[in-house]
Amino acid sequence: MSALATNVRVVRALGMRSIRQTFRRPQLIAPIIVFPTILLAIQTGGAAGAVELPGFPPVQSFLQFMLAGAMMQSLMLAGNSGGIALAVDIEMGFTDRLFSAPIPRFAIVLGRLAGTAALGLFGALWFLAIGLIFGAEIESGVAGALLAIALVTAAAMAVGGIGAAIALRTGSASVVQGLFPLVLVVLFISSAFFPQELMIEPAKTIAKYNPLSFIAEGVREPMISGINAADTLYAVLAILGIIALGLILSARALRHRLRVG
Amino acid sequence: MEAAIAIPAWRANLTTIGALMARAKNELIRVPGAAIPGVLAPTIFFLGLNGVFGALTQLRGFETGAYESFIVPVSMLQGAGFTGAAAGVNLARDIEQGWLDRLLVSPAPRWVLLAGTVLAASARSLIPATFVFAIALALGAGWPGIDGLIVTFFMVAAMAAVAACWGSFLALRFKSQSAAPLMQAGMMALILTTTAYAPLALLQGWLQDIARVNPVTQVVEAARQGFVGSVTWAETWPGLLALAGLLAVLGTLALREMRRTGR
Repeated sequence: MSALATNVRVVRALGMRSIRQTFRRPQLIAPIIVFPTILLAIQTGGAAGAVELPGFPPVQSFLQFMLAGAMMQSLMLAGNSGGIALAVDIEMGFTDRLFSAPIPRFAIVLGRLAGTAALGLFGALWFLAIGLIFGAEIESGVAGALLAIALVTAAAMAVGGIGAAIALRTGSASVVQGLFPLVLVVLFISSAFFPQELMIEPAKTIAKYNPLSFIAEGVREPMISGINAADTLYAVLAILGIIALGLILSARALRHRLRVG
Repeated sequence: MEAAIAIPAWRANLTTIGALMARAKNELIRVPGAAIPGVLAPTIFFLGLNGVFGALTQLRGFETGAYESFIVPVSMLQGAGFTGAAAGVNLARDIEQGWLDRLLVSPAPRWVLLAGTVLAASARSLIPATFVFAIALALGAGWPGIDGLIVTFFMVAAMAAVAACWGSFLALRFKSQSAAPLMQAGMMALILTTTAYAPLALLQGWLQDIARVNPVTQVVEAARQGFVGSVTWAETWPGLLALAGLLAVLGTLALREMRRTGR
């Protein structure tokens, strides 16, 4: 068997393990689905009048606008959960056993990220289904829905890379879990939940440059108006930027972990 | 041989409750980091919601032009919800580690053990509430007046007791920290399906219906009154009644589980 085929098998096996692990533990899946769903319902019902504000982009409903925000929240929490699961593996010694196995180190991280991507995909499908059930329309149809799903899945993997880097560096599940509030902070200072032009300073200015805003817009545009090449490109570039950051941090953290044991 | 001096039951119970509250306080002093999420989460919600939804006050029907004044009591109550849920998680940990078993074989009545947990959460909820309140004042939220402040902090402390009863009920039922998301999500849903984000008239139909029957709406309105207007008895008593009802229902459920535990 070629080295590439072996690596693919390892990544697939570790990815399947991390997916099964997540779906077996309700405490890992709950934050990814339950919290964003509750917030989506409450924010949609509580701030529905926002669509009447001058400057609000034309939308069918506030739910249609908020779907991208819920997906963003879900993917961020999926990344965080992936990091927690990797840290638990480190704490329990499972990662040490993988380090001593004849498999490339990157496959260990990639396997975990495959699981995180699957969670992102699940979150995207969940919120699309919620939106469609409650009457939100996807303006650009099936193609737009597929684009949104692809962007959310890729973004989950990208954010998971940073979660994995922190897990590898600290080796502590509680430290990675402690980043949960930070996830909310980063999300609140993006345009995930509200149009950036209508936000209050300093959140408005920060949201303008927050990479998550670009991803949120890339996911939202196909739903509320149509596929926009520029928005999609910015979203892809933002995801690639986060992937690059995650790779650099993960590589450094991996070296550190191998050095200190 | 000296005869043992009998301590009145009420005094023994009070001493036990005090000891359990002191244990919770010690936890806070010895592991200060454990309190950070409880303080941070409502603060982040307050800052985030204010930054994101601040423009909502431009809508007709808003009682105030300052969203920070409108949302700060909600964030303080959220802090109480998180603190109460955390009390449930801590109780679940005590169950998992066998600490509760040791308490159960003591001569302390079951309601005393529950009261210690609930009152400790009540006292602890004042920390995030004070922190969020200070941040809100710094950002320009209106001063609620002494009477408004007393009403708000009372509502916060009582809401934490409600949340602690809910958390304790689940902890005693499932006997596992895995129930933590249910404790937190339950309180989050209860507090936010009210007039948390906007006045009743501006809520969407389904949320309006839920907010009308959700007793916590009365608690939110009572806690908010000083921030958006003046404090009146007419706006206060429904909140007190709602809290009494919630405490009676959730307290009974928690106590029933506590009595069943170990039997």
